[in-house]
Amino acid sequence: MKMVVVAGTPGSGKTSVLMHAVKDLKRSGHRPALAKIDCMWTEDDIRFKRLDVPVAVGLSRDMCPDHYAIYNMDEMLQWAKAQGADILLNETAGLCLRCAPYPDKGLAVCVIDVTAGPNSPLKVGPLLTTADAVVMTKGDLVSQAEREVFRERILEANPRCRIIEANGLTGKGSGELADLIRTWPDISGEMVLRHNPPLAICTLCTGELRVSKERHRGVLRHLDGFMEYRGE
Amino acid sequence: MNQNRNQTMKPLTLTILGGVDKDGLPDAIDKIEIGRGEIIGIVGPTGSGKSTLIADVEQFAQGDTPSGRRILINGVPPEPQLRSDPRKKLVAQLSQNMHFLADMSVCDFLRMHAKSRGKDNALPEKVIMLANTLTGEPIDPKHQLTILSGGQSRALMVADIAVISDSPIVLIDEIENAGIKKQEALRLLSGEGKIVVVVTHDPMLALMASRRIVMKNGGMTKVISTSTEEHQIFQDIERVDSWLTSLRETIRQGEVVA
Repeated sequence: MKMVVVAGTPGSGKTSVLMHAVKDLKRSGHRPALAKIDCMWTEDDIRFKRLDVPVAVGLSRDMCPDHYAIYNMDEMLQWAKAQGADILLNETAGLCLRCAPYPDKGLAVCVIDVTAGPNSPLKVGPLLTTADAVVMTKGDLVSQAEREVFRERILEANPRCRIIEANGLTGKGSGELADLIRTWPDISGEMVLRHNPPLAICTLCTGELRVSKERHRGVLRHLDGFMEYRGE
Repeated sequence: MNQNRNQTMKPLTLTILGGVDKDGLPDAIDKIEIGRGEIIGIVGPTGSGKSTLIADVEQFAQGDTPSGRRILINGVPPEPQLRSDPRKKLVAQLSQNMHFLADMSVCDFLRMHAKSRGKDNALPEKVIMLANTLTGEPIDPKHQLTILSGGQSRALMVADIAVISDSPIVLIDEIENAGIKKQEALRLLSGEGKIVVVVTHDPMLALMASRRIVMKNGGMTKVISTSTEEHQIFQDIERVDSWLTSLRETIRQGEVVA
């Protein structure tokens, strides 16, 4: 079984790029299964089902979507196996940009939208810096110079990644992504995350609504960068 | 620099192998070869597939785009690196985009672009100087890209292609709507020994090309060579155009047309 984790900012085109890659994988005789993780709501399962491949949806609701995906990884793999699949494609929301949902042995794909501007590769953090492949979308909306500057910025943040320029509308680049998936080794044994998750549990996680310092506990960072532990 | 010049003058042939139109029917033209120094036009009604054809060339399609067309360089499929690595890229493209989205200063942006193409750090000043010959209000290196007007942005994109991208194949998508001096821009972009592919609705630019590909319903329907009669007409249009340009300039400068 091969495993691919596709993450990226909302609206960057993860689903569209994946849909084209799925068609390509099917044409070459593979049997991909899709697991879509979202927070509150999704109808991507309806889009995916049109491709006639097994689709599962998980809504993390008030749990962090990445934590939810990682926690349920075994179950997703077992489900894919039961469906007779040889590739599990896991699309996840990856919202807070502090961690990355990539296990070490799967193919880690970060989808990023060129129109978000040339500083965005530096903003998305481990989601991009620990990815094997970075898929640039919406390049048709900017000039070639702007695409090339964006590309340079990605390489500054992650010099070893493979960059794929894709278009979710026309399917450009998805063939290249499918090729990369086909040649990626199967997963085996225990997997660990590529990047450590954010600082412990915060008071917001446990339901504190009041703002300002005196209400919060845990490992906390001040505006000037000073970090301290407040609590028992 | 010298090394670059030698490299750009190596023999180069761009071949477009036909694919299919929007209905999946094969292109009537199954093969077009374009050599160094040629300007080739792409014409056809809106929605006929002109920009799609340009995009096929830009990404060196290998049957992996909706048209199924294939692009060969010197008769063979190009290496994958030529498709993506800006340092090796053979293609420079001026698309229909009229604005920049990047929130950076003109100077920082150009410096970064020169770096991505593996070029000299001093080029940005040259780009801005050249851009300012094509546009009305001058561009300042400290300006943010996002405040530039449509004309200024296009002028900067043209100058950037001429100086920083400096690739042997240049693709131009509708330069006439750019609000800049179109002929000077085309002359700048076509340079010596380059292959220029230009999408156009403009009779002057279309007849400036030695051949033109006619698009319909997504397919390449025919290739027309510019005839001697058409060349005569081109010279007439050029005279009219330079008259119009001088009138436009007079009015722009707040003077009265005599």
